Amino acid sequence: MGLSVQFLWLIPALPLLAAGIGSIAPSRDRTLASGTAIAALALSFLLSCGALLTALANPADHATHNFAWFELGHGAVRLGWLLDPLTALMCIMVTFVGLLIFIFSTGYLRADARFKQFFCFLSLFAAAMLGLLIANSLLLLFICWELVGLASYLLIGFWFHKPAAAAAAKKAFITTRIGDLGLLLGMVWLYDSTGSLLFYDGGNGVLEPSVLAALGGSTAIGLLIFCGAVGKSGQFPLHVWLPDAMEGPTPVSALIHAATMVAAGVFLMARVFPLLTPDALTVIALTGAITALMGALIAVAQNDIKRILAFSTVSQLGYMMLAIGVGSWTTAIFHLLTHACFKALLFLGAGSVIHAAHHEQDIRQLGGLRGPMKTTFATFAIGMMALSGVPFIFSGFWSKEAILHAAHAWDVSQLPLYLGLAAVVLTAFYMTRLMAEVFFGAARSDAAGHAQENPPTMTVPLGLLAVCAVGLGFLGTPYWPWLQHTLDPLAHVEAGGYGLMMVSIVLVALGLGSGWAIYGRKSRVKSSAADPLAVRAPSVFAFLAARMKFDELYAATFGRLNHGLAVFADALDRHLWDGAVRFFSRLGEFAGVVNRETDEGALNGGFDATSEGLRKRAHSYSRAQTGDAHGYLLMVAFGFVVLVFAVLLGGAR
Amino acid sequence: MKSESIPLVFSFPFPLLSLLIFTPWAGAVLLTLLRGASALTARVLTLAFSLSTLAFSVLLLDSFDPAATAPQFGERQPWIAALNVHYHLGLDGLSLVLVLLTGIITPVALLASWRLERSARLFGALFLTLQGAALGVFLALDFFHWFVFWELSLVPAFFLIKLWGGRDATRAAYQFVIYTIGGSAFMLFGFAALFATTGTFDFNELARLGADGTLAAKLGAGPIQFIFLGVLFGLAVKVPLWPFHTWLPPAYAEAPTGASMFLTGVMSKMGVYGFLRILWPIFPQQLHAAAPWLLTLALGGVVLGAWAALRQTDLKRMVAYSSVNHLSYCLLALFAVSYATGRAGLSGEAATAALSGTILQMFNHGLSAAALFACVGILQTRADKNNMGGTPMPRGTGVSPLGLKDFGGVRAAAPIFAGLCGIAMFSSLGLPGLNGFVGEFLIFRGVFGLHPGAAAVACLGLLGTALFLLTFWQRVFHGPRAEAAAGEFSDLRGVEYAALVPLVLLMFVLGVAPQLLTRLINPLVTAWAGHLVLP
Amino acid sequence: MNLAPLQLCLLFSSALFCIGLIGALSRSNTILVLLGIELMLNAANLNFIAFWRYGANSEPATGVMFVIFAIAVAAAEAAVGLALVITIYRHQKNIRLQDATRLKG
Repeated sequence: MGLSVQFLWLIPALPLLAAGIGSIAPSRDRTLASGTAIAALALSFLLSCGALLTALANPADHATHNFAWFELGHGAVRLGWLLDPLTALMCIMVTFVGLLIFIFSTGYLRADARFKQFFCFLSLFAAAMLGLLIANSLLLLFICWELVGLASYLLIGFWFHKPAAAAAAKKAFITTRIGDLGLLLGMVWLYDSTGSLLFYDGGNGVLEPSVLAALGGSTAIGLLIFCGAVGKSGQFPLHVWLPDAMEGPTPVSALIHAATMVAAGVFLMARVFPLLTPDALTVIALTGAITALMGALIAVAQNDIKRILAFSTVSQLGYMMLAIGVGSWTTAIFHLLTHACFKALLFLGAGSVIHAAHHEQDIRQLGGLRGPMKTTFATFAIGMMALSGVPFIFSGFWSKEAILHAAHAWDVSQLPLYLGLAAVVLTAFYMTRLMAEVFFGAARSDAAGHAQENPPTMTVPLGLLAVCAVGLGFLGTPYWPWLQHTLDPLAHVEAGGYGLMMVSIVLVALGLGSGWAIYGRKSRVKSSAADPLAVRAPSVFAFLAARMKFDELYAATFGRLNHGLAVFADALDRHLWDGAVRFFSRLGEFAGVVNRETDEGALNGGFDATSEGLRKRAHSYSRAQTGDAHGYLLMVAFGFVVLVFAVLLGGAR
Repeated sequence: MKSESIPLVFSFPFPLLSLLIFTPWAGAVLLTLLRGASALTARVLTLAFSLSTLAFSVLLLDSFDPAATAPQFGERQPWIAALNVHYHLGLDGLSLVLVLLTGIITPVALLASWRLERSARLFGALFLTLQGAALGVFLALDFFHWFVFWELSLVPAFFLIKLWGGRDATRAAYQFVIYTIGGSAFMLFGFAALFATTGTFDFNELARLGADGTLAAKLGAGPIQFIFLGVLFGLAVKVPLWPFHTWLPPAYAEAPTGASMFLTGVMSKMGVYGFLRILWPIFPQQLHAAAPWLLTLALGGVVLGAWAALRQTDLKRMVAYSSVNHLSYCLLALFAVSYATGRAGLSGEAATAALSGTILQMFNHGLSAAALFACVGILQTRADKNNMGGTPMPRGTGVSPLGLKDFGGVRAAAPIFAGLCGIAMFSSLGLPGLNGFVGEFLIFRGVFGLHPGAAAVACLGLLGTALFLLTFWQRVFHGPRAEAAAGEFSDLRGVEYAALVPLVLLMFVLGVAPQLLTRLINPLVTAWAGHLVLP
Repeated sequence: MNLAPLQLCLLFSSALFCIGLIGALSRSNTILVLLGIELMLNAANLNFIAFWRYGANSEPATGVMFVIFAIAVAAAEAAVGLALVITIYRHQKNIRLQDATRLKG
């Protein structure tokens, strides 16, 4: 029973609905929240299986369903769903692994007060990831991509009362957003060049030959889109958030590292593969190879069980990017699928250990868990062997072989192959170290000593994942490359190459052997004892333990730059611009003062001085007025006499 | 908007637009007359009158014809014959979006200030005056009364900040009013000169003269440049365009919550509206010539605004800087369009996207910034209450500025509040699925097609926004409980729900269905983008 | 001595004026000073009559008119003067002119 492309939206819609129900459900009702989340994802799993049946009917076909989101200008911004084997297989993987992680979480977070929110966020995470998978538009993909980032932010910071968790959540969001900016620019560039963001649109989609032929600047566009993948998939140099994301609850780590977030970047590159030019692919291959080796190197010197696994994820994602870079995206997806199963298995196994050992995560404090936790031990060992690439039985071997063969066949450079081979040894080595420290020897702390096996809600998912970690490999062996041919009917699978296979088997054996020789034969007695490697090469070990000082480097450069820019912007405002405003207001005040002074000094003052002078003179004149009436009369008489004399002497006519 | 002089496309049976403007003012008059009214009566009356805009908007939406790009519901009466002034109102898609925004923000802002202690009657009257003036600005098509509304909006804003504001409110209010009036004075001179040359104040008429080059020919190259700069300065201060923004952080920070919401939600849009309605149509050539410089300034606002926000310790100042950052995106898009105008092979699609993005961003920023201010206001009331041992502290009596460090772990104490505030924050940050993303995406899509370098630099602003908002979130809501929140930090209560929930719901609705807005503006914006020519 | 009637009249009025002046200057009683001033005024009136009667153009009663006005004004003046005297007496309990110097500058 197939699922046609028109109804593909149901796959992400169901978990989204569960998230919605969860957000308004009462907090006390635990079964409602977890029940709806699990039921919705299980339904989505069934629908994904239906979608796969539809897709398998015609694997080369890209079935689409496009529609207008909103009108813009004479056209519209369009989104759509896309159904092809890649989408269907990824959906199955996400829903299946997600479902097991959900079930595991019901046991793991049994005692948490915010159980309901946790399932709400988990559902949102799954919904965003599934939406990303079914998108037939880079825009829709970007929308879901950002929502994946939001969900990871909420989940990494789930225990937000811990400052470390809050900081890690912020770091994850910001670091991935740096990459997202590249993706955004690449997307608008692509939109501007082609006028569309639909992948497949009856000949007009951006991944279709006619459009690609006319597209200019596709190397730059491809690299900008790759920036997004670098951020999300934890590639060098933006890998720093991934280990810190371990602050979230362990099921979240499993979900991020196996099924959802980091897979998104690899998926994106696989999806836009037709767009990538040889130049862009070279950059991708080298980035992937560097990341693979760097992650493996750092993992050797970590002591936190989850951080070892986190750096192993970084390393494995490097392999996937390497595969895409050398032109074989189908093997990248093959490794993505197998890695999802065994990495989910390893994380849930680690979660099982941590839960049993009362949240003790330091491998030096654990030890001897082989006895009390038999199921966990067995399944974890299967996951470890799959990751290390133990030959023939385990899936990791086949997918890693496929990548190494593709790298071998790459005609640009053999450097990625050599880096990849070096990482193979290291992977086997650090996983052996992890197994030896955690499960062998004697318990080195009370927490480890009292550990007991967990209930079936946690062990059953482990068992199921262990089966997949073995079985999935047989979908893509060189003898029957079903997966590669389904994903891309035109894919050319390197058959044979037994020489390379022998080399990598030897390298795995070397890694396992040396790991056992150093850590297994003589197991650690005291938790405070120094690491054997640290004794032999203390400075190298310390450098690796400090994660190659990337955080310090970034704090010293980008952190300072960020702080400096903030200080600069603020100072510019406070001093220059506000200073200019203050200057002008002072200028205004000054003009006012000058105006007042002129008014009072020059104009009013002159007036005052004149009238004051007049007043003084009048005063002195008034002194003449004695008030003596006789005096006045005497003056009159005197005047009279003068008059008389004047008349007499002048001879009046 | 190089449209011809407008014959009235559609006249409504009654003067709907005048009613829209003057109903709030009638409410203000009523409130001043009701001397004996209790605080509750005054509040309810204010709210009822402020809701009138939303009610009239329903009528508008019912009869609005999105396909017509000319102003609708026109009203034109001779007013001052000697000056050729007409009382001229009209509404197109741009105005409609902003009227809707005003209709939504005002009641919500009133609800956010519901518990304000002092003189509810005066507060309501001032607020309604402000609302009416803002609506007048969005609807007037003649410079004369447009300018009256423009200046009139300052008066109630001044008193709202000064009388109900924080400790430094007086200084902030004076700075705000004097700075913006200083800017408007240049604009007034400019328009006086335009009137002396053309004999008209009518926007459409002037736009026509500006578009065909008559204006430049009549005035001469030098004078029109000065007039352009004067009008530009007046509008740039109002938006504000970096670096004319220094009045904004203190004004927004000192204003009472409701006033901050209105200032950032509606008043800052008046400036952007002025750019779209006046500067761009009347001075196309001059704006084009100045566009490289203006683009630089807008980028300064985008990038440095975000990083300056990172440095703020006062929460309200931080949100204020986020406004500088977000509004700069609007201007960036407009300047990019003007920059590319006349270029051979100009992509009309990019211009359409940029202009649509500008209008959407105006609306979306109104919602998200108002919601953020409401949240900070709630934090503030809680902190005041805890500091004062249970009695709410009257505003304007020396409230300490709110620091990032004063809070912590609020999410544990008030999960619902934290959730709503988080949604507002992510909306402001441009998270897809919420309203902010669509506008920002369209702006980036458009600006990239018009000036790729500017789009690349503006990306840094997105990073900065995420940095400071998440820092805010981490300090205030995460981590262990801190002093100010240590008392009983109660979750949301009745009126606070009413203030926040509508905004948050709209964020979801517009994030998923942006066509609700784009439907109204798309033909208008398409017509603008189709007439991008220089005289 | 053969004098014209005009000259006789003028001589008489000059004498009258001098008597009034001497009286006004020599007395310290304000009322008597006022009386002296009245005499001087009447001397002036006499001059008006004389110039009119023996002047060139004696038909219209111009001189008489002036004198009648002057007498009326003098009567008013006397009334004001006496009122002032009473006020001065109220203030300084005598009417000595030398003491009434309050209006000096």
